[in-house]
Amino acid sequence: MMPQRSLRMRKTVDRAVKAISALSALAGLGALVWILYTVVIRGFRSFNLAFFTQLPTPPGVGGGGLANAIVGTLLITVHATLIAVPIGIGAGVYLAEFGRGTKIAKLVQFITNVLIGVPSIIVGVFIYILLVVPFHTFSGIAGASSLAVIMLPVVVRTTEDMLTLVPDQLRESALALGAPHWQVTLKVVFRSAQSGLITGVLLAVARVSGETAPLLFTALNSPYWLHSMKEPLANLTVTIFNYAMSPYTDWQQKAWGASLLIMFGVLALTITARLLLRQRGEHQ
Amino acid sequence: MSSWLTSETIAIKSTSHTAARLPGGDRLFRGLTLAAALSVPLLMLGILATLIYGSRLSLREFGFGFLTSLQWNPVTEKFGALSSIYGTVVSTLLALLIAVPMGLVIALFLVELAPPKVSAFFGGAIELLAAVPSIIYGMWGLFVMAPWMANHVQPWLGESLGFLPLFQGPPMGIGILTAGIILALMILPYISSVARDVFGMVPTALKESAYGLGATNWEVTRGVTLRYALQGLVGAGFLGLGRALGETMAVTFVIGNNHRISASLFAAGNTIASTLANEFTEASEPLYLSSLVELGLALFVITVIFQTLALLWLNRLKSSGSQR
Amino acid sequence: MIAAQEGALTQIINDRQTTTGAQPTADLATPGDVAIQVRNLNFFYGRHQVLFDNTIDIYRHRITAIIGPSGCGKSTHIRAYNRIYELYRDQRAAGEILLSGENVLAPGIDLTRLRARVGMIFQRPTPFPMTIFDNIAYGLRVNTTIRGTELAGRIEDTLKRVALWDEVKDKLQESGTALSGGQQQRLCIARAIAIQPEVLLMDEPCSAIDPIATAHIEELMLQLKEDYTIVLVTHSMQQAARVSDFTAFFYMGKLVEFGLTKQLFTKPRNRQTEDYITGRFG
Repeated sequence: MMPQRSLRMRKTVDRAVKAISALSALAGLGALVWILYTVVIRGFRSFNLAFFTQLPTPPGVGGGGLANAIVGTLLITVHATLIAVPIGIGAGVYLAEFGRGTKIAKLVQFITNVLIGVPSIIVGVFIYILLVVPFHTFSGIAGASSLAVIMLPVVVRTTEDMLTLVPDQLRESALALGAPHWQVTLKVVFRSAQSGLITGVLLAVARVSGETAPLLFTALNSPYWLHSMKEPLANLTVTIFNYAMSPYTDWQQKAWGASLLIMFGVLALTITARLLLRQRGEHQ
Repeated sequence: MSSWLTSETIAIKSTSHTAARLPGGDRLFRGLTLAAALSVPLLMLGILATLIYGSRLSLREFGFGFLTSLQWNPVTEKFGALSSIYGTVVSTLLALLIAVPMGLVIALFLVELAPPKVSAFFGGAIELLAAVPSIIYGMWGLFVMAPWMANHVQPWLGESLGFLPLFQGPPMGIGILTAGIILALMILPYISSVARDVFGMVPTALKESAYGLGATNWEVTRGVTLRYALQGLVGAGFLGLGRALGETMAVTFVIGNNHRISASLFAAGNTIASTLANEFTEASEPLYLSSLVELGLALFVITVIFQTLALLWLNRLKSSGSQR
Repeated sequence: MIAAQEGALTQIINDRQTTTGAQPTADLATPGDVAIQVRNLNFFYGRHQVLFDNTIDIYRHRITAIIGPSGCGKSTHIRAYNRIYELYRDQRAAGEILLSGENVLAPGIDLTRLRARVGMIFQRPTPFPMTIFDNIAYGLRVNTTIRGTELAGRIEDTLKRVALWDEVKDKLQESGTALSGGQQQRLCIARAIAIQPEVLLMDEPCSAIDPIATAHIEELMLQLKEDYTIVLVTHSMQQAARVSDFTAFFYMGKLVEFGLTKQLFTKPRNRQTEDYITGRFG
């Protein structure tokens, strides 16, 4: 009989690791709950009618709201989506339908993945030099453009993934009926991948609607109502940044309110997208 | 979050049309989509070119010394990236130090230990951490976590481990340590998600062989599962690292914006991203602005390099099939 | 046709006695003592029952083959012996399995100790992603305090025992996965016997390797039975006829017939057994 390692020691180590694993998972869950709880409780305190309908007041004055920022965030997000989605879907279509296996496609795929990892603040700097400096003004368009740059690779990736899932037989049978390729893509393939494509867009929107850094020096911020997209545009995320870093408690309070709005929006979009994905998974 | 390692592209055999044979409408369609696709590499080049252009003043003025200089003085217009690089590196390393083991161990829990429903619940919750916007982490970090650190964690650390220069100095709450911890929380879901995928790929027969030799759960994990999954886990680490390097808002809120290097983790510091966020709109002088852009260029280059390495590594994994 | 099949198997059995010069296989008068007694083993996947009242004696230092059509529960049956099924939530065993008199299905049994006593070899070779040396050292390092030169010595002995030493002695630090299929399987066998189990469970160990390597492993089995009790699940009746002392025929989760290999293949008592052996169904 060979000299045995202590079974008790081995079991203790095993149990300890299991405990650490479970505790870590709990810690992760706990952190999420802590964050959600904090934002909800503190944010809810600033929710009142004024918050949603009035313009910001000077610091220390109290009252007022973030109506312009709410509208501004929506506007910027919509504009960014309008810029990024057509190009992104177009690129995804090329990768999935025409360019499979080609060197160009591989290059584009690779760079898309790299682009996803570029820090959003760098995108802000890029757009600043490109669209703010030459026109001597911060603008909502610049802000929307920087968000569009961030959205673009995400949309490309998800579009390509979703379109590639559509079986080739579907394409072939439509082409065999004599339909031109563009019609096959737009009518047949898109319809088949519909929910997946929408999910991709939702995820991209979710990703950018919470972004602050790229707007810091493109859209900047504004205490006024929107006049035109060519001027600084009020938005929730930069407002949070400015207000939170300020010494004024009423501003900090509003920052929490804005945080709750942003977080709620982003999580709602993300969860919807994930549910859609799962539903799709069950259909396949 | 879609899995990095399981999505495959189907090679198509039927699309063998040459451009010449396509009817007019299709040629236009193909041309348009190709243009859209090419916008991506163009964008990449554009960002690089623009950043270089924007930093030309400071590139000329400081040369390579920019990377090694500790100075940061808007008044005398002497700028150097060292403190920012230091802060970026240290906070990222700290984040990895916390998030990698934790992510692994959580993945272990999700794959091996928890019953399916519990696993799905916890897994979903942890992935939701990735969806929380950075600025929310910043708010929570500044108003909730930093005070907690200042009142409870840091004093305790100072008392028990204060002989190390790492844990000396006043417990202010904000600083490199807090920034590192928040970063860890932010990259945790990425690491745990990839680890989970990789653990799931270990063949059952392999694990059964190890159990069959009388090994405990942990012994099987350590000896077989981790080894099998090692390369995938390195890829996960790279991904987390890339994310942490560029993280801006959460760090900006809690790192304190100080251009000094200190041995203590309690001290305030700055990262490239936080400096950009804090100072960009204040930079009135062209050289100041140019220096900031150069910081951005440095961050861009570092991130692209790491991201490329991570992708190449993961691609190699995919093509080599089973891991050794 | 029937006679030809039976004749072929009989031929194998007769050849075996003359060529290997081995001791005549055990007869029922002196079967040896019992290593494992299975009493009324029932097995369930969730609510679905797959094994029905299996009762069998596995004799020590003998090779017991378990044959039967695929899906009849052979693997499930032997996997109950080392309770490897416990890894899966909805699998459950009921009944008694006495290993040297001790019921291993009892609640308080320590699974790690049990599995160190009952080794397992799988259908496809499963070398760990580590060096050849570390593969064999794994079980020893995990279970024992043996290290250093003694460890190296034992590894050498084990590799010699499975006739792998000469082939790998210069590349012990290479990956276990770099070996050929047959070598990998012998590596797995070495890994299993390094910790000196009482019983070796072999679940179709030759199904993924070539005929020459199969012959080597069969030869190895015959040598190993001196020190270990071997239970061999196989879909090849010829293999069962070549190496085993006892054979059990399973069908649809039930043990239909058990006896000396010689007898089961030449004069099966049960109609179903005869049908299977003669190839009426596979």
